[in-house]
Amino acid sequence: MASNGPTIAEVLRQQGISRRGFLKFCATTASLMALPPSMVPAIAAALENARRPSVIWLSFQECTGCTESLTRSHSPSIEGLILDQVSLDYHHTLQAASGTAAEAAREAAMRENAGKYLLVVDGSIPLGNAGYSTIAGISNLDMLKETAAGAAAVIAVGTCAAYGGIPAALPNPTGAVPVSAIIKDKPVLNVPGCPPIPVVITGVLAHFLTFGGLPELDALGRPKAFYGESIHDRCYRRPFYDQGKFAETFDDEGARKGWCLFKLGCKGPVTYNACATTKWNQGVSFPIQSGHGCLGCSEPGFWDAGPFYKALSMPIGPVKAAVGAAAAAGVAAGVAVALRNRSAKKGAQAAHQKVTVDDLEQKK
Amino acid sequence: MPSINSDDEPWRGNALPLLNEIRHALEQLLSSGETTVIDLGALPMGPQDEAELLAALGTGEVDATINAGGPSSVRETAFHGVWLVTHRNELDEIVARFVEVAFVPELLMSQPEDVADSIAALAKNLGVEQNIRK
Repeated sequence: MASNGPTIAEVLRQQGISRRGFLKFCATTASLMALPPSMVPAIAAALENARRPSVIWLSFQECTGCTESLTRSHSPSIEGLILDQVSLDYHHTLQAASGTAAEAAREAAMRENAGKYLLVVDGSIPLGNAGYSTIAGISNLDMLKETAAGAAAVIAVGTCAAYGGIPAALPNPTGAVPVSAIIKDKPVLNVPGCPPIPVVITGVLAHFLTFGGLPELDALGRPKAFYGESIHDRCYRRPFYDQGKFAETFDDEGARKGWCLFKLGCKGPVTYNACATTKWNQGVSFPIQSGHGCLGCSEPGFWDAGPFYKALSMPIGPVKAAVGAAAAAGVAAGVAVALRNRSAKKGAQAAHQKVTVDDLEQKK
Repeated sequence: MPSINSDDEPWRGNALPLLNEIRHALEQLLSSGETTVIDLGALPMGPQDEAELLAALGTGEVDATINAGGPSSVRETAFHGVWLVTHRNELDEIVARFVEVAFVPELLMSQPEDVADSIAALAKNLGVEQNIRK
């Protein structure tokens, strides 16, 4: 942390924010960090003295989905988070500088805040051919080691950085590994999800900002405040599971009545994340509320953990070369259903013709 | 007050325990003066739950807006002492919602630090010496 800069309370005061506004900020921060409202006075006291931490963000083998998620965080707003409460000194997607100037910014931040800055990583690191992923000619492995050396802590954002994610899915062509497989001498905090919930990313940053340390972690290195309970335990559809009321298909009566999606492959019972309470898109909904089971994206190896649409209680069966054939059969079945639907709806469509993806593909 | 036990739709049951928690908090407020704050963002709420909770709480006599870092609405529900506090950011997006069980929600009260600043500002405007120390 930049020890000579103004404290966060001072920054807010300089912006003309009243004590009342500060207390509101503390209340929303408590909610953001999944702390009980009774913690607000403690947060206020901590923020009186907290200073803006320097943050270096490295992106390795990733899809930028995690950064997309963060930039849709609304609490606090991204502008507020980046410009006011943390000093984001390097993020090659978001920063204006490029090339030598960008790398110089990273090196300067590392030098000036040695031992105090926070390193955020998204994406996995290839241990196979280093050429799979380089930045400014530096291999991901070298850049991670070099940058982590002076960091106070490392936050692995997203399932790729936390557990290897999709790049590490079988057959793992790049030899992708998570941050924790490389960095052994620093606290590594995992914020998994594909992507993680925006406010979970900012909530973890806010915790570091407020208390100057990392929150309590579970056995998989995840903050317990957000990953302490399963989706299933916090799901509003849980009473239906307990009553034995299940949707059997995506368009049956049970699905329409909002019954439990367990039989349709929901991974909620084995997935630990905050989706059921924090939700997505500014609290609008989450997959289960929208009628689709949880994929379990915040768990290690979720991509290879069996079919998404098979109930957890069913045997997964060997994952072999047969997968390709099964996937092809699935596509064929889907096409058949689409054709059947189309013929059934032909009369209705005559009056109101729409172009579907299937129509477009047939013209090829 | 509308009934929350309608037979039309299966009752999902996640707002009912909350209403009982509020009832206990009200008893505590009256007997000991202790306030309670419940973070609605920390609870599993289905699409119906929230609407039914809000319907069950109803609308009361006080409706205030605080303009500090975005608008916050502070509304007393039909039950005296039960307040619904909704914080919004500068972009008018909801950032947190609380049920506060109190005689006056904390944020409605002027804060001593702000009052001290106001004394200084008023003294400056009047061109007089400030005789109360912060």
